[in-house]
Amino acid sequence: MNMETTTQAPEPQATGSQSSAQATVIEAKNLDLTFQTNDGPVHALKDVSLNIRKGDFVSFIGPSGCGKTTFLRCIAALERPTGGTLSVNGMTPDEARRQRAYGYVFQAAGLYPWRTIAKNIKLPLEIMGYSKTEQDKRVEQVLDLVELSGFGGKFPWQLSGGMQQRASIARALAFDADILLMDEPFGALDEIVRDHLNEQLLKLWARTNKTIGFVTHSIPEAVYLSTKIVVMSPRPGRIHDVIDSTLPKERPLDIRDSPEFIEIAHRVRDGLRAGHGHD
Amino acid sequence: MKSIIAVFTVLTAIIAIWYIACVPMNIKGVLDGAERAGIEVVPETARERRDMSEIGLVISNRFAIDETWSQDRPRLPAPHQVAVELWETTVEKKITSKRSLIYHGQVTLSATLLGFAIGTGLGILLAVGIVHSRVMDMSVMPWAIVSQTIPIIALAPMIIVVLYSVGVQGLLPKAIISAYLSFFPVVVGMVKGLRSPDHMQLDLLKTYSASTAQGFWKLRLPSSLPYLFASLKIGIAASLVGAIVGELPTGAVAGLGARLLAGSYYGQTVQIWSALFAAAILAAALVAALGLIERLLLGRMGVKT
Ligand SMILES: Nc1ncnc2c1ncn2[C@@H]1O[C@H](COP(=O)(O)OP(=O)(O)O)[C@@H](O)[C@H]1O
Ligand SMILES: [Mg+2]
Repeated sequence: MNMETTTQAPEPQATGSQSSAQATVIEAKNLDLTFQTNDGPVHALKDVSLNIRKGDFVSFIGPSGCGKTTFLRCIAALERPTGGTLSVNGMTPDEARRQRAYGYVFQAAGLYPWRTIAKNIKLPLEIMGYSKTEQDKRVEQVLDLVELSGFGGKFPWQLSGGMQQRASIARALAFDADILLMDEPFGALDEIVRDHLNEQLLKLWARTNKTIGFVTHSIPEAVYLSTKIVVMSPRPGRIHDVIDSTLPKERPLDIRDSPEFIEIAHRVRDGLRAGHGHD
Repeated sequence: MKSIIAVFTVLTAIIAIWYIACVPMNIKGVLDGAERAGIEVVPETARERRDMSEIGLVISNRFAIDETWSQDRPRLPAPHQVAVELWETTVEKKITSKRSLIYHGQVTLSATLLGFAIGTGLGILLAVGIVHSRVMDMSVMPWAIVSQTIPIIALAPMIIVVLYSVGVQGLLPKAIISAYLSFFPVVVGMVKGLRSPDHMQLDLLKTYSASTAQGFWKLRLPSSLPYLFASLKIGIAASLVGAIVGELPTGAVAGLGARLLAGSYYGQTVQIWSALFAAAILAAALVAALGLIERLLLGRMGVKT
């Protein structure tokens, strides 16, 4: 496969900067989020600062409750930080969302059972007002991207769990968002399916040059996929370590046996252990 | 095959119990008639018989058992008497005849359907309001619940009198009573259905910056359909009850309710029972029709059934 990324997707909000490959897409500075609950305040994020560049594949890893989902939801403007600043494509998360800056993939595929796969993928396109012909064109494109060509006419229950999750990724790719946010998208799938989907996701990332934020609590998954691994620790949720991957962009599955891979995995594991030690 | 046998067994048992129940229920009437006709019964006078148990009378007058299933005006008509009456007043009577159950059924049916349409429309509108407006949720729902605690039998005459005084009579008052009974299950089911999408599904729409209207048409409404149909089935049965109840206080001359009323005036128990069965058959047919529509619609939506 070619190391160079094929950029065929047009940039909807190209700001004229040609060096966009290095541009910061998501910037969090001293981000704080405290939930007010009946049992008192829950400090979900504390002093989180992070830069994500265009084309990065960033994994968030950490024990459950460390704020991975919350951080992703802040980027998506589904949650409002109580302190600090957060910008997405140089805008507030709210503005960025209105400009369709990101596609979001949840842990469950969440396909509408009354819609076929093609119609499910059309859902965001209908809402955003794409023309019928454009909708059909894009459905074909993204179905091909997630290797589901020919399944457009099937209903979700006719597909396996892994295929459903691929369809939900296709749905997030259907409009021109250059950020893809994924919250444990493969968490509910078995190892073998997961390996396969990880491989596909890497290819997809290379083909589309998207910026991906990916929540997981599997160390191998994080190391295999990412260019940047964010290790988080709980109570309060904060960033413990940020590891820039030294792995090449092209990664066959057996790269997981290489010394480099194992070294990074070690560093992640140490980070997770140290983060836990704060309790 | 197994289930057909089971259904058949239950049905046979019900009919058998019914026949058996006819014997003690009707024995006194049969014996009174026999005494008047000069037939010897034990004991001889009605006064003596009054204090005896029905079972005792049956045992001492076994010859009269046959008679309990073929009286003119039995306390409890036998199944075949009801069946014969149903047959005669449906198949053998012209539809225009005042004694045709089809004629009466169709009068009640039109009030039922009109009331059901009004009730369903109102119920859906209220549910949409309740789901989208906190104020409506807090102000409408309690009243909807209170409305159902008032016995319809007390309310029906008032509705009819009030409407009559403003010049509304005929089909509409009955339909309004129907609607009064049927809107409630629709509101409850529809509210639950419209609220059935989970957080994740609502968040997904948020990530598309979808409007409330888009959320309604694309997610809430389709999600609510299974709930709506469950409610509609309850609602249409309630509508039929409403239409029949609406016929009682006016002394209506047409409709299944009128048949019930006339039957009880003249002690025509067979007529009452056949009207009851006609109402039950009608209700079953309406519910089945809704079930069919549901299957077709949800089937077309790709929902696995
Ligand atoms: N809507 C909410 N209201 C109150 N507390 C919440 C809410 N969402 C998350 N939390 C709390 O915030 C913390 C971080 O949660 P989350 O981001 O879901 O963790 P993770 O995804 O890493 O498992 C947890 O303690 C969780 O209970
Ligand atoms: Mg989570």
